Amino acid sequence: MYDRVLSGIHFMSGNIACAEGAIAAGCRFFAGYPITPSSEIAERLAARLPAVGGTFIQMEDELASSIAIAGASWGGLKSMTATSGPGFSLMQEHIGYAFMTETPVVLVDIQRGGPSTGLPTLVGQGDMMQARWGSHGDYEMIALCPASPQELFDFTLRAFNLAERFRTPVLVMSDEVVGHMVERVEIPTAEALEIVERHQPPSPPEELTLPYHTDEVNRIPPMAPAGEGYRVNMTGLTHDERGYPTMNAEGQDRLVRRLVGKIRQHADELELCVEDGIEDADVVVIAYGITARVSQGAVRRAREAGLKVGLLRLQVAWPFPDARIARLAESARALLVPEINLGQLVREVERAAHGATRVVAVSHAGGHYPAADTILAAIEEVNK
Amino acid sequence: MTVLTSQAAMTAGDAGHPLDPELREGRIPHIWCPGCGIGSVMQAFLEAVDTFQLERNRLAVVSGIGCTGRVAGYLKADSFHTTHGRPIPFATGLKLARPELHVNVLSGDGDLAAIGGNHLIHAARRNIDLNVVCINNFNYGMTGGQVGPTTPLGAKTTTSPFGCHEHPFNLVDLVASCGAVYVARWLSMDVRRLRRSIEESFSKTGFTFIEVLAPCPVNFGRRNQLDEAAQGRMLVERSEIRNGADTREVAIPDEGPIVCGKFVDHERPSYLQLLEGLRARLQEHST
Repeated sequence: MYDRVLSGIHFMSGNIACAEGAIAAGCRFFAGYPITPSSEIAERLAARLPAVGGTFIQMEDELASSIAIAGASWGGLKSMTATSGPGFSLMQEHIGYAFMTETPVVLVDIQRGGPSTGLPTLVGQGDMMQARWGSHGDYEMIALCPASPQELFDFTLRAFNLAERFRTPVLVMSDEVVGHMVERVEIPTAEALEIVERHQPPSPPEELTLPYHTDEVNRIPPMAPAGEGYRVNMTGLTHDERGYPTMNAEGQDRLVRRLVGKIRQHADELELCVEDGIEDADVVVIAYGITARVSQGAVRRAREAGLKVGLLRLQVAWPFPDARIARLAESARALLVPEINLGQLVREVERAAHGATRVVAVSHAGGHYPAADTILAAIEEVNK
Repeated sequence: MTVLTSQAAMTAGDAGHPLDPELREGRIPHIWCPGCGIGSVMQAFLEAVDTFQLERNRLAVVSGIGCTGRVAGYLKADSFHTTHGRPIPFATGLKLARPELHVNVLSGDGDLAAIGGNHLIHAARRNIDLNVVCINNFNYGMTGGQVGPTTPLGAKTTTSPFGCHEHPFNLVDLVASCGAVYVARWLSMDVRRLRRSIEESFSKTGFTFIEVLAPCPVNFGRRNQLDEAAQGRMLVERSEIRNGADTREVAIPDEGPIVCGKFVDHERPSYLQLLEGLRARLQEHST
């Protein structure tokens, strides 16, 4: 319980694996507010963080949690919060704030049925679009979507690496079933983990006059923490390379294009998915999280019945893998999109497919993941 | 009335203001209206930093949104302009990440007591190690003078055109009752007492809260027969210093004395002290 990295093979729930992934990544600050079905993450970190020299604080609400992590991040710590639907709604302003101020933070959303209080204890995937568009203004989100406790460990760690590298908020978008599922989780040794640390300014404080100046290639400025003499200057207002407010259209376009661009230009590199037999498939099922796991069974049974069916399991939902979907749309007769909402992921697939093939939704409003039988029936239907 | 003790003041030269070196180059002129009280509070704060000899590398200033929200950005400190109502939870994260920093929150009454009210009371309850200066100008100035949680009964604002019909907060009592270890109220014009009080708050361990009553002639005074210097004059004329007064009895009345002073100055274990205790217990347990 006192080790930084709990190396070894465990039988662990997704939420616990998420907390362990955070600690292994170097997370030393967690601010959160209790909410089902994510509370185990906070509970685990409340017990674990003080023992590894970190700080856990239960804040008064999710607004506080989501900005306390920004404060801690500027204090130099890798920081995280975890929540579910209603709390995630409250955090939206600070997702935009972290994006605008280039603050590396990790947010975890263990999705449940919505809208509103909805189904606190039961699964949903209705935050797909909120994850991408929930805050106001133009921004880009990196959203990783694990389908197992092992991936909750791996992707939480990866989320920290991406947040630090890109100076941006990163979302781990899981769901109630994966969060509460208990499975084998293998945690590597500390030495075997690849950990990305924040890029610090190369120049001493007196020479750093343009803290938001970037090179033309990566467009990610180094980040000086507070307390080191840099006189950190940070605002959610549109700002110039000095960090000073620039209240005009030109400054706005320059800044927001850079912030959006620094993620978009790495979209290919950020893409992560598992392909299973999609090359010659007539029907390709596209899903993430628990829905992708259920789809595996349906796809296997369809193949046993002699159908040519593939599965594309998204491990990163945002940025959306447009080019990959476009290619699939050229080769497949139909794309089938099961998800636990009434049609969110399917809209993106339709957009990326650009009318090149038939896109069919298999939707449910939440409370249960779609049964393999339902997905199988849909595969048979579109294959007719 | 200005006390110039800093080395910076000595070297500022004839042309500039003695406190120029404490400000970010090119950020002045500020956005505040003529007659606004925020500038003198900022000056008193900087002078307190100076006389307390607070190490600049350890000075952090966090502000929210609004007129007072602009303070952080003007100061050549580690300065953070946060979202509306959230400077206290941001500062909480910063302080916990870097306990060696001296973290100050300077923000307005709307920011701290309306949209940020929940954070204010919980920060005081936790006795988190932050120094808060709340500039109360009785309305939302930045957005054009709307009614706020401190607007006096009957006062006209753009969203209380027939006179405010809500009771205002007694902020010092609110924060004192939640457990702050230092609570005071001053006028923005009383820069000497204000500076001393800010300096005193720096030496406290835990959550400190100083309410500063500031005139807002352009957005508040103008609509309430308190044009130009009239609101400031009214505050000075009605103010009465009663150190140690019971905060329950210092609500700002419609008429009669406005009580200023230092109301609370006591000790209570701070959040960081309690956290250190927890860490020590864990350490003991693990060895």
